[in-house]
Amino acid sequence: MAILRVNPTRMELTRLKKRLAVAKRGHKLLKDKRDEMVRQFLLLIKRNKALRQEVEDALSTALAGFVLARVAMTKDALDEALLFPVREVVISVLKANIMSVNVPKITYKEIKRDQVFFPYSMLTTSAELDSASAKLASVLPQMIELAELEKTCNMLADEIEKTRRRVNALEYVMIPQLEETIKYIRMKLDENERGNLTRLMKTKDMIAGREANYKKCKRRATRSPF
Amino acid sequence: MNKIGVVGDSDSIIGFKSLGIDIYPATGGDVMKVINRLAGGGYAIIFVTEQAAEAAAETIDRYKTSPYPAIIPIPGNRGTTGFGMKGIHANVEKAIGTDILFKDADN
Repeated sequence: MAILRVNPTRMELTRLKKRLAVAKRGHKLLKDKRDEMVRQFLLLIKRNKALRQEVEDALSTALAGFVLARVAMTKDALDEALLFPVREVVISVLKANIMSVNVPKITYKEIKRDQVFFPYSMLTTSAELDSASAKLASVLPQMIELAELEKTCNMLADEIEKTRRRVNALEYVMIPQLEETIKYIRMKLDENERGNLTRLMKTKDMIAGREANYKKCKRRATRSPF
Repeated sequence: MNKIGVVGDSDSIIGFKSLGIDIYPATGGDVMKVINRLAGGGYAIIFVTEQAAEAAAETIDRYKTSPYPAIIPIPGNRGTTGFGMKGIHANVEKAIGTDILFKDADN
């Protein structure tokens, strides 16, 4: 692992130690976040799968009913029959929060403009249309739930991927790099310390040697017969 | 942000009109334009038939990461093509790394 390009100074060491502490804490937090998101995601995706299966089955039969209705009457008559719906669906959207991911929360309300269920006359339309539109109406709540669930799963999957990348980057790049750099600086500082010590000892020896030499010379000078 | 729209071939989606949902018949290259227009026009949920969704997969992917609009593939009147389920598979694979949910279902 490559080390960071820094000056091996004590100040840099303190700075890097602080960064390492932050990185380790962030790594732990992100790891916890990822684990919890995966747990939530597994719960949701199972329900999503089951619900999609249900909706697809129900919708296929309902739409097949419309095909039958189309066969039994002309296109114009069908268009005309459905021209003015008696009901209306109003949804209100909120944002929920799963592990700081903003996911949609959809509530819906059906508004019936009239008491009658079918907006068309029974005389000009086929019976298939009645059952098909009744079936479609019964699928709608599930469809809206599916929309909410599937979007939530989409967003969670995206966020999980992002978080996993961050966790891995911290775990396998950032933290080893910081640790290695700290080790490098520490070794460099120790080396400097040792170098300094040897230099001091050497100087001391040299001074002591010179002093001893000087004293010797002096003694010899005093002993001279002159 | 409180409307529901349905996009697809007109035969598949005409039924949704009876529920008071706005329908936008489109096929092929038009799907992309319609989806973009609806996304900017305050639609919170856009149901797209699978046939249409396959034609505009890139556009749908673009809206995947924002909370709204939710673009949901639904089967058309020719039954399901498996496009919607594929989306769920892709999600699982993206999040977990492997498709653990469908292993037993496929075999």
